[in-house]
Order: sequence, then structure tokens, then C-alpha cells
Amino acid sequence: MNFETIMFYVFAALIVFSALRVITAHNPVHAVLFLVLAFISSAGIWILLEAEFLAITLVLVYVGAVMVLFLFVVMMLDINLVRLREGIWRWLPFGAALAGLMAFEMIWVLGSSGTSGGKVAIKHAADYSNTKELGRLIYTEYVYPFEIAAVLLLVAMVAAIALTLRRRKDAKSQVVAEQVAVKKADRLRIVKMQAERKE
Amino acid sequence: MMELLQTLQQLGLELLGPAWMPVWTIVKIMVITVPIMLTVAYLTLAERKVIGYMQIRIGPNRVGPYGLIQPLADGVKLLFKEIIIPSGSNKFLFIAAPILGLAPSLAAWAVMPFSDGMVLTNVNAGLLYILAMTSLAVYGIIIAGWASNSKYAFLGAVRSAAQIVSYEIAMGFALVCVLMASQSMNLGDIVKGQQGSLGMLNWYFIPLFPMFLVYLISGVAETNRAPFDMAEGESEIVAGFHVEYSGMAFAMFFLAEYANMILIAFLTSIMFLGGWLSPVPFLPDSFIWLLAKASFFLFVFLWLRATFPRYRYDQLMRLGWKVFIPLTIVWVVVVAAWMQTPLWVW
Repeated sequence: MNFETIMFYVFAALIVFSALRVITAHNPVHAVLFLVLAFISSAGIWILLEAEFLAITLVLVYVGAVMVLFLFVVMMLDINLVRLREGIWRWLPFGAALAGLMAFEMIWVLGSSGTSGGKVAIKHAADYSNTKELGRLIYTEYVYPFEIAAVLLLVAMVAAIALTLRRRKDAKSQVVAEQVAVKKADRLRIVKMQAERKE
Repeated sequence: MMELLQTLQQLGLELLGPAWMPVWTIVKIMVITVPIMLTVAYLTLAERKVIGYMQIRIGPNRVGPYGLIQPLADGVKLLFKEIIIPSGSNKFLFIAAPILGLAPSLAAWAVMPFSDGMVLTNVNAGLLYILAMTSLAVYGIIIAGWASNSKYAFLGAVRSAAQIVSYEIAMGFALVCVLMASQSMNLGDIVKGQQGSLGMLNWYFIPLFPMFLVYLISGVAETNRAPFDMAEGESEIVAGFHVEYSGMAFAMFFLAEYANMILIAFLTSIMFLGGWLSPVPFLPDSFIWLLAKASFFLFVFLWLRATFPRYRYDQLMRLGWKVFIPLTIVWVVVVAAWMQTPLWVW
């Protein structure tokens, strides 16, 4: 067993363990932190596959930004732990069926000989930059799906802001432009006066 | 020097065989980490001295000549203080938070080039790696705030998380401009891209001047330094996220903040000021230039702290979202267009 294989099993075991803890942890904050661990471990597996761009982007976007906001929200919510755990036995069969279906799909897709690249990771020279390669593909071959995905995300963002942004009529706010434009003479009056003398 | 290293390599390989690689890597890591820790110690002294002189005081001058042993005295004091764990806190996360805060700021140094070819790991996606590592630093703060089970600490953590996430975007876009100009994400290649016969006129701070300022100011905000130290805000929330920490646990946050400052100073020098390159063509390139540039930026950090009053929170958010992010997006487009014209000479 070489070093890479050992690392793969270490990361894989970490992912399975932390994913299980995400759904079994009592405290929601712990669950989010285990999800972070799962993301970092999967980034490790991607690094082993020489997909360093995807791996680092996973850490940067999911761990560095998305999960921080998750943590933010979970910490501020007043979650009733007892109610959260209610009905776990009722939904377990449904969840298990869904998980089984997803596992079957993944095995089906990855196991079929039709996937390009086969079962062995392709090794590249040290100066190979998969960032450049990905960029080239995204902006040439897959430019339409890429742009459509971008527009969809933009629409979703605008919609989310439009749904949650409520302006209160009585709220006080500052006009920053006016504040910035203020001159010293508008606010300050310097009075010249004689020094007071002691009698 | 190089020959000595090579004989050392040979000797180690013969003595330890396959176990030599980890040992050698740990030695290299220590060679980077120990000077950083020493710099952190003396940066605290420099900060107190510089701010002292700016406020017409002397600063620490009792321990050793000119107060030079003051950082050691502070370290010993913190080491012997009791670490108090608040009741109702989450013990494991309370202890883990300072470690999570310090680790990424040290890990980021793995891809830092100190001079031509002098780098621990020469990663192609070095710039991305740095961005990823600096974005992880927020976990230490946010977990510390939550695990302390204290309102002030939590408020500080929430403020800091919002601040870091906002300014990271502007920082990322500023680095996208550097990446476009150098056409590489390898930090060593970014410096080499700034090499030229004109010395400092070849550096990226000229075409990317607005980005240089945005990066520097966002760097101050990222490290939670004054005037952006809303996360601590002594006058409002006592000391923010680390209010419940004492002794060495507190010192870890302190170390993390200063290590981050040094990191940002080095990164700014590498991205915009040509790293180890000499500013004038007739002097040789050397590591000393990088040190000089980084020291200047560290001085700027201290200078800012002594000069400006703390921002108000809404002003901080406005600066991040409504000034910096639009500016960086516009400049990405400007640079992209500029690079298509013959006027781009960098």
C-alpha cells in the first residue's frame, strides 16, 4: 500500500465519520463543524486526484464563506433540540430509501465503462495547470451552460434580496453623500475672544 | 550554502532513509515558523514603542535596555497565568478555538516565496491556497465567541465574522487583478512577472494602484486591526470575542493577529511591490528587499492604529460593500481591456 492509498482511506474514513456525526450530533453547532470537517476531507481527496483548483475552491467557497454563514445562522437561532429530534423514526425509512437511490445512481454512473477517463486518475506533468485547463473549457466548450448558471444564480440572488428587503418608513437613516460633503465651516464656528483676566 | 544543504540532504538520506523526508520537512517548517514567532514577539514591542513615540511617550523601557526583553517578560507572564474556562461554556471548542485561529495564519506561509526558488512548497495554485487559508482564520474567532457562552464575546464574534466575510470579497477581486496581470497563480511567478529593466516601474502597484490600496486597507480590516477593530471594540463590547480568554489561550489569539499582520505585509509586498526584486536596476535582488518592504507595511499597520479613530460599524460595511467591491469589479474590467491594448507594458 503506497502513501496515496493510505491517505485516501484516511480521508474517506474521515468523510464517512464526520458525515454521520452531522446527522447524529446533538448540538447543531457541532453538526455544522462536522460538515466543515467533511468538506475539508473531500478537498483532501481532490488534492490526491491532482484537482488542486477544485479542492482549494471547495475550501475557499464552502468552508471559508458558506459554512461561516451557516455557523452564523445556527448560532443565532434559538433551536429547540428536543423538537428537532422528534419524528426521526418516522422519517428514517424515507431518508434511507433516498440515500439508497442516490448511492445506486452514483455506482451506476461511476461504474459504467462509458465515463471518460476510466477508473485510473490521469497523471500530469508538474507544470500542468488544471486551473488554466478548467478556465479554457468553461469559456469555450461549456460557455452557454456556464453563463446560464451564472444568470440563474444572479436571478436567485436578486429574488432573495427582493423577498427579504423590507423598508420601514419610520426608520432613520443617514445620507452618506451629505455627510461626506460637509465642510468645516458648516459645523464649526470659531469665536475669537479676549483671554479672561483674574481680578 | 547550497552545497552545504546538499551534503546535509545526502547525510540525512543515508542515516534515516525514507523517514528523512518528514524530518527534513519539519526542519524547514521550523526554519519558517520560529522567525515568524520571534517577529510577532518583537512586533508587539515595536507597536508599543512606535505608538508611544507618536503620542510623545517613551513606551516600555524597564525590562532590558530600551525595553528589549519586554516581549519575553510578557510571554512568561502569560504562560504562568491561569486559563479560566467559563461555566456553561463548551469546553472542547473553547480550547480548540485559539488553535483554529492561529493554525491557518501559519499554514499560509507554506507557499510564501522568500527569494528566487526559496519556498517550502512550490504550488501552482499558491494564490488560491493563500486565499483559502486566510478565509479559514475566521473560524477561530467565531467559535471562540460562541463557545465562551458570553454575550460580549458572541457580539464580537458576529461582528468579526461579518466583517471578514465582506472584506474577503474585495481582497479576492484585488488579487484577481494581480492574477490577470501576471497570468499565474504561483506566487514565485507573480514576482518574476514584475521583473524588468526599469526596477520599481515594472511592479504591479503602478497599473493596479487602486487595487493596491484596496488590498492594503482590506488587509487591515481582515486582521481586525484598528481602525477596523470592531470585533474587539473595548469601549463597546469590552474586548470582543476573546473577553473570556486568559493566559496562553489569550496569547494564541494575540499571536494569530500579529502573524496575520506579518502575512498581509509580506503578501502585499509580493503581489504589488515585486517581492524580493530590487527597486533600482543597479542593486542586486535579495531577500533583504522583501524584508524591508514587509517591515514598511508593518509600520503602516502601527501608524494607522496610532492615527485613526475606530470606524462605526455601518461605515465599515459601507466601505466594504459600496466602495471597495464596485471599485474592484470595475478595475477587473479595466485591466482586462487594458491588457488587450499595446499600452499594457507590464
